[in-house]
Amino acid sequence: MTTEATPQDQAQAAKTSPRALTRQRRRHSAARFWKQYRSHRAGLFGLTALLLFALIALTAPLTIGSDVQSVTDAPGGPLESPSAEFPLGTDQFGRSLLGLVVWGSRVSLLVGLLAAVLSVAIGALIGITAGHFRGWYATVLMRITDWFLVMPTLVLAIALATVMSRSLSTIILAIGVTTWPTTARLVRAQTLAVESRPYIERAKALGGGHWHIMSRHVLPNVIPLVLAQTTLIISSAILAEATLAFLGLGDPTVVSWGGLLQDAREAGAVSSGKWWYLVPPGIAIAIVALAFTLCGRAVESVLNPRLGVAR
Amino acid sequence: MTAEATPSLVEKTDGPAEAGPSVHGPRARTRTAYLRYVAGKVGGAAVSLLAVLVTSFFLFRLIPGDPVKYMTGGRQVSAEQLAAYRREFGLDLPLWQQFTEYCGKALTGDLGTSYQFNAPVIDKITEALPNTLLLTGTAFVLYTALGVFLGTRAAWRHGRLGDRLNTGLALTLYSIPSFWLGLLLIIVFSVGIGPIPGLFPTGGMESGGEEGFAYVLDVAHHLILPVITLVAVEYGQTLLVTRSALLDEMGSDYLTTARAKGLRDDLVRRRHAVPNAMLPTVTLIFVNLGRTVAGVILVETVFSWPGLGGLFYQALSVPDLPLVQGLFFIFAAAVIVMNTLADLIYPLLDPRVGR
Repeated sequence: MTTEATPQDQAQAAKTSPRALTRQRRRHSAARFWKQYRSHRAGLFGLTALLLFALIALTAPLTIGSDVQSVTDAPGGPLESPSAEFPLGTDQFGRSLLGLVVWGSRVSLLVGLLAAVLSVAIGALIGITAGHFRGWYATVLMRITDWFLVMPTLVLAIALATVMSRSLSTIILAIGVTTWPTTARLVRAQTLAVESRPYIERAKALGGGHWHIMSRHVLPNVIPLVLAQTTLIISSAILAEATLAFLGLGDPTVVSWGGLLQDAREAGAVSSGKWWYLVPPGIAIAIVALAFTLCGRAVESVLNPRLGVAR
Repeated sequence: MTAEATPSLVEKTDGPAEAGPSVHGPRARTRTAYLRYVAGKVGGAAVSLLAVLVTSFFLFRLIPGDPVKYMTGGRQVSAEQLAAYRREFGLDLPLWQQFTEYCGKALTGDLGTSYQFNAPVIDKITEALPNTLLLTGTAFVLYTALGVFLGTRAAWRHGRLGDRLNTGLALTLYSIPSFWLGLLLIIVFSVGIGPIPGLFPTGGMESGGEEGFAYVLDVAHHLILPVITLVAVEYGQTLLVTRSALLDEMGSDYLTTARAKGLRDDLVRRRHAVPNAMLPTVTLIFVNLGRTVAGVILVETVFSWPGLGGLFYQALSVPDLPLVQGLFFIFAAAVIVMNTLADLIYPLLDPRVGR
């Protein structure tokens, strides 16, 4: 977002250092962003849900404890219906499902976040460099991007997860490597728009190198777009993680929501009508994915009011 | 586009003598421009298909371990038998030779032999393809119609309760994992909980032993739950794209003109706003068409539907390399072909594109 210096800012500029001035300007624009974001009711709902889930995930070691995933000394009998002791029932090993769902939030959120960060980092890097260096370099990069764009994302992710060993980093890599092309295209378009502005010419005339222009001028203008994109990608990354885990491609030693659903299916919860085993992990996935989508749409519509997203 | 529009306007005012060439001139030019555009897009698609072929070959060679070990299923086999297996599947050749052979065969429609079924991959694919097309085709028609219909209504009544409910529901269903929804539907409507009896079959495509009209009814009965699942998770995106495209058009002057002419609200929407707003939706529809072929992996797996997606899951669990490779190629090819079709149709719908 661009910020205009108000007269007061200019008056203060005389007495404060450039660094303090920058900090103040950033604080102003953050406050303005928050003020606009607050008017999006769905965005606020999403943010609240996210903070709640983040709190649950971060405090899980205190409230639940890591021994919840231990198969050997499980407290209950196998596949018990919900009761006072086990509010959501137990799984086939007799572990408390409530504990597992809470514990699973850690893996699902972590994988979602890291995969999205990886995806957006690749996308931003390729987008900025392809927009900055034109010529054959950009042509080759955009060809690769187009190629990734036509690949069915899920199929490619499944293929990658099959090829590599079963671990969380494999899942993160598989999701990150397959979802970056949209970001790359968006960022490249924005980079081209920024680089056509006169102040870039000025920076070049003053001897600014490639790195200086990309990191000091293009990146700050691309960051808001990248943030909105990250929020949206986290939601699809969480869904993708659940999908891969459900297909049995996840790390079998960790508990995640998708893994719980796979366990439920393998334990015959479907054919025996044990709906209480299946419902909680699925609802958790849906709420978190929806919350990130709502936040992403709210951020997008604050940054780009023309998008026509309803409040 | 303005550069081309201006000369033709000038030419028309020149007089009747010039009318002939001025009418045909730009049109002929447009046609050659379109042909050049088509050639470019088709060429690009061919390159993409080749790239997919290369990827599908090398990607799955990266699986650690020996493919022959998977084939023998961990049984104790002698070295001679292993060598025989290798020779049979051409795995004793150097990699580049395997690759050229694979490409040559793929061009003639031979995608190798499945380890798991010991049958040609292409046969397994052509066997499963109609089932997938039946499922995705039905779902596709329904979710596109539903998405466009609801998206139009939501945009037209922008900001009201109906719009908010519709958009909210679409976003929520869009965030639900399809396999989870499928499992829930199976529990509720096939297995049955509480007072709800099992109304629908738990999976598969047919009960067997039915013929004629009874067979059609039986397949339709099996089709209902998977189609509901697909429609529920997919219609949201069409709704959102249609809605935002129509919202973009809502402020346009030509709509004000149409209203000023005294047209009914309904006519303004159907005749004026929607056709223009449909352009982004048309692109999405084609992208969806390509995507759904691969997108049914989960739904087919959950409902044991005998289609490509279920086959892919089976092949993965072995892993049956030639089958996985072949299906990967088919899935990607579907997307590429549909995207290219969208590119080709788009300039016909919107004359500003591709000149």
